[in-house]
Amino acid sequence: MNDINNNFFNNETCSMIENIKKKFPEDRKKSSIIESLLILQKNNNGYLTKDIITSLAKYLKVEEIDVYEVATFYSMFNTKPVGINTISVCTNVSCMLRNADNILNHIENKLGIKVGETTKDQKFFLKDEIECLAACNGAPMMQVNHKNYENLTIEKVDKILEEFE
Amino acid sequence: MTLICTETYSKQEPASLETYLTLEGYQAWQKILNNKISKSEIINQIKESGLRGKGGAGFLTGLKWSFIPISDEQKYLVCNSDESEPGTCKDRDILRYNPHAIIEGMLIASYAIGASVAYNYLRGEFLDEQWKVFNKALEEAYQKGYVGNNILSTGLTINIFPVLGAGAYIVGEETAMLEAIEGKRGMPRIKPPFPAIKGLFAKPTIINNTETLATVPKIILKGAEWYKSLGINNGEGVKIFCMSGSVQKPNNFEVPLGTPFSNLLEMSGGVSNNSKLKAVIPGGSSVPVVKGELMLDTNMDYDSILKANSMLGSGGVIVMDETICMVKVLQRISRFYYGESCGQCTPCREGTGWLYKILTNIIDGNGTINDLHELERIAGLIEGHCICALGDAAALPVKSFLNNFWDEFEYYIDNKKSMVVG
Repeated sequence: MNDINNNFFNNETCSMIENIKKKFPEDRKKSSIIESLLILQKNNNGYLTKDIITSLAKYLKVEEIDVYEVATFYSMFNTKPVGINTISVCTNVSCMLRNADNILNHIENKLGIKVGETTKDQKFFLKDEIECLAACNGAPMMQVNHKNYENLTIEKVDKILEEFE
Repeated sequence: MTLICTETYSKQEPASLETYLTLEGYQAWQKILNNKISKSEIINQIKESGLRGKGGAGFLTGLKWSFIPISDEQKYLVCNSDESEPGTCKDRDILRYNPHAIIEGMLIASYAIGASVAYNYLRGEFLDEQWKVFNKALEEAYQKGYVGNNILSTGLTINIFPVLGAGAYIVGEETAMLEAIEGKRGMPRIKPPFPAIKGLFAKPTIINNTETLATVPKIILKGAEWYKSLGINNGEGVKIFCMSGSVQKPNNFEVPLGTPFSNLLEMSGGVSNNSKLKAVIPGGSSVPVVKGELMLDTNMDYDSILKANSMLGSGGVIVMDETICMVKVLQRISRFYYGESCGQCTPCREGTGWLYKILTNIIDGNGTINDLHELERIAGLIEGHCICALGDAAALPVKSFLNNFWDEFEYYIDNKKSMVVG
C-alpha cells in the first residue's frame, strides 16, 4: 500500500471500496473504478485530483490511465474544484417546453454566475447539465446534490436555495 | 385497466415487500421453483406473450433470451436502468415505487438464461432516491431467501448486484453499458459478436430494460395468453407512456398497446395554455417528430406509429403546443446529441457538432437557406455510418423537423426571429 495517500483512504472509505470490489469477479479490478471515484469525490468536496486518481489506481492495482479515462469521460466527475452544493437544472426538451430556461436564467442572475461556474463564496456550483434527468413529468426540475426538486417556479427555487445558504 | 409495473404506485408503501406480496409478488418465482419449470419453457412463454423490449428498440424479449448458448460457462443478466432518453421517466418510478417487480423479473430472466449473477445498472443521477430504494428492496429479498445462494433451499444460486453509473447517456446503449460495468469509458462495441455470445467480461450476457424485466413476473404467473389479450396483434400487452411537455397534467400512464394517442392526451388533461396540438415526439427525442393532426389519428403501438413515420421508442411522449418554436426545440435536441456523442465514430463526433452549430447560427439570426440543405446533408452523412444508434438518433430528428416544419425554419432565417415567439 505504498504511495497511496491515506488522507483519501481512511478505514471507512477502504471498507466501502472493498464492498464494491465484491460485486465483480476478482480479476476484474477496473469494474470498481466508477463507484470508488464517486465515493472519493464526495469525500473531497466534490472534485477529483491527480493525487486521488493515482492513489485509486494503486489501491485497485490498475493503470493510472484507466482511472483517468473514467474520471474524464463521465459527466458527474469534476477534475477541477467546484462549489459545495452542485445544482443541475434540466434544460432538455420536456423541461424546456415548461420554461426551464427561465429557471436557469433566474438561478444564474440570483447567484451571479453562468452555467459551469462556482459562486465566489464556494457555496454553489451550477453544472452545465446537458442530459435529461428523467423526471419529465415533474418539469421543470433540477437536482441539488442529486436530490430532485420538481414542478419548479421562481418562488420555489428561491426557497430551495435558501435552505443551502 | 390492467396495471403491471405501476400496480403498486397507488398503495400506501409502494416499494415495500409487504405491498408487493399482497399483489401476488414473488409468486411467479415460487411457481417456477416449486414446479421446476424448465428454462426453455419460460423462454417459450415469454416468446409467445409477444413481450418486446420497452427501453426503445422493441426487440422481442423471448427471442433475445433464446440467443444465449446452452453451455456451462458463466453467464450474466444486466438490467438497464440507465434511463436517460430525453422525455422518458418511467424506469425511475418503477425503481422507486415497484423495485421488487424488477428484482423478481431479474431472477426469472437470470434463471431462464442460466445466469448466476445479475447486475442492475442505475444511472448515477439516481443515487439519491432510486439507488437507496432499490438497495433496500434487494436487502429484503435477500433476507427472505428469494435471492442469493441456495435460493429457498433449492440449491439454486443467483446473486443480484446494483451498480451505479456516473453520468453518460451513451451507457444506455447495451454494449456501452457492458463497457461501463467493466469500468471503462462507455463506448459502444462493434457487433457482432453480440452480447448473447460475448458480452460482460467476455461471457454470454442478456441486457434488458427495467420496465421489460418488471413485466416478466406477471406474464409467468398469469400466462402468455393473458398478456397478449391486453394489447393488440403485433402490439401485445401494455406499455408505460410518459406524457410530458405541453400537457395540463404530465404523468406516466401504463396502458394497452394500441391505445389511441387522443386518449392518452385526454388522460393527461389535454394540451396546455388553451392552445392547440402542434407536434408530438412519440418515443423519446431520438425518434422523428409527428405533426399534431396526424398524431390525433394514430394509435400507440409499434405498427401505427411506424405508419406515422416515427417510432414508439422508449414511450417518452413529448407534446408540443402551437406556441412552441420548432427551430429552438431542434437546436436543443441537437445540443444534447452533440454533448453526449462518445466521440468514437467520426461522423457522429463531428456531425453532431455541425448540426448544433448550424442550428445555433440560425437562432442567432445568421442563417441562410443553404444551411437547411446542409443540415439535411450532414444528417445523411451521420445516419447509418456509426457503430451505434446515437448518430441515427441525432440525424432522424433533424430530417423529420425539416420535413414537417420547413416553412418555420425558412421563416426564422428570413425574419431572424421565430414564427411563433414574438
